[in-house]
Amino acid sequence: MKAAVIEWGPYLILILVGFLPNEVWRVIGLLTARGLDEDSQLVIWSRAVATALLAGVIAKLILFSSGELANIPLPVRIGAAACALGTYLGVKRSVFAGVIAGEIALLVGGFLFVP
Amino acid sequence: MSASKSASKSAASTKFPSSVAAYFGGVKSALLSVFSLVLMGTYIGLGALAHDVGVSSVWLALSTILVWAAPAQLIMISALGTGGTVFEVALAVSLSATRLFPMVVALLPLLRVPGARLRDMLLPTHFTSISMWVESLRLLPSVAREHRIAFCNGLSSGYMGTAVTSGCVGYYLAAGLPPLLAGALLFLTPMSFFLSTVRNARMMMDKLALGLGLVLGPLLAYWGVQLDLMWTGIIGGTLAYAVHRVREATQ
Repeated sequence: MKAAVIEWGPYLILILVGFLPNEVWRVIGLLTARGLDEDSQLVIWSRAVATALLAGVIAKLILFSSGELANIPLPVRIGAAACALGTYLGVKRSVFAGVIAGEIALLVGGFLFVP
Repeated sequence: MSASKSASKSAASTKFPSSVAAYFGGVKSALLSVFSLVLMGTYIGLGALAHDVGVSSVWLALSTILVWAAPAQLIMISALGTGGTVFEVALAVSLSATRLFPMVVALLPLLRVPGARLRDMLLPTHFTSISMWVESLRLLPSVAREHRIAFCNGLSSGYMGTAVTSGCVGYYLAAGLPPLLAGALLFLTPMSFFLSTVRNARMMMDKLALGLGLVLGPLLAYWGVQLDLMWTGIIGGTLAYAVHRVREATQ
């Protein structure tokens, strides 16, 4: 990717790698909106695949972090994610409360355990 | 047909005098909803990540406007830092975007008015994303049908504006922050995705797919499997779908 960015420029890469492969599904959706209903098996299967894939992205971001997040020890990152989930489930399923709790846990853990 | 028409008429509690008013009503709904906060968290994190891998803030803003899907942007931006071939990244982006297809299919019938042209649907189609879709399905039934497209475009503009602004904030915050705070900003992205995916997983199948993805993603990456995210999606998703079908068949 890095070589391609240098060779083709970041904006062409954005169109080829980001915009087109992403937008194609919206356009296919637009064209088939009349034919298919939301309970069809293909739609249900692709939702399951998309959910699993997104979960994979999330887990990789927490376990194999990059940048400054990688300097915070792995047990602190996992503990903070557990803290976020626990707070979310405990506080009326509030995503906001969960995210804040996870962040506080990460900051406290990072402050205590970062060498 | 006539029953559902009268039902949607009686439910139309939010009245707008004009399409312009409906548009700004949508913007206001976006700015006041919890999804604005989630988008702020997500895009501040993405901004910090973009700064980390060394793309410009204009590139980030343009990718938000053109791609308008945080998971796809995340895959693209982290690939700029960690590698992968152009084809592999484009495939991963495209796989992550498959969810947009059923969302568009479910949304557009709500927006359709008699005599609507395909080009009136182009903007709502491009605007379709997790937050906009969830809020549209919740709010649109109470908006008069002739103002729904304008309301939906306003809602989406509100979200997109929040995302572009937050991306810039995250980008420039990351430049001058102490390392621990920069790490905490990067943590916002997986956290807000994690919890909003947990919230969206109401059906048993979605929960199973989420759990399988959380385990398979890192495992396949650890084993050095090629296209690990694609296989995570296909294997985890198909297993969850199969369990869903078996449960349905036995009930």
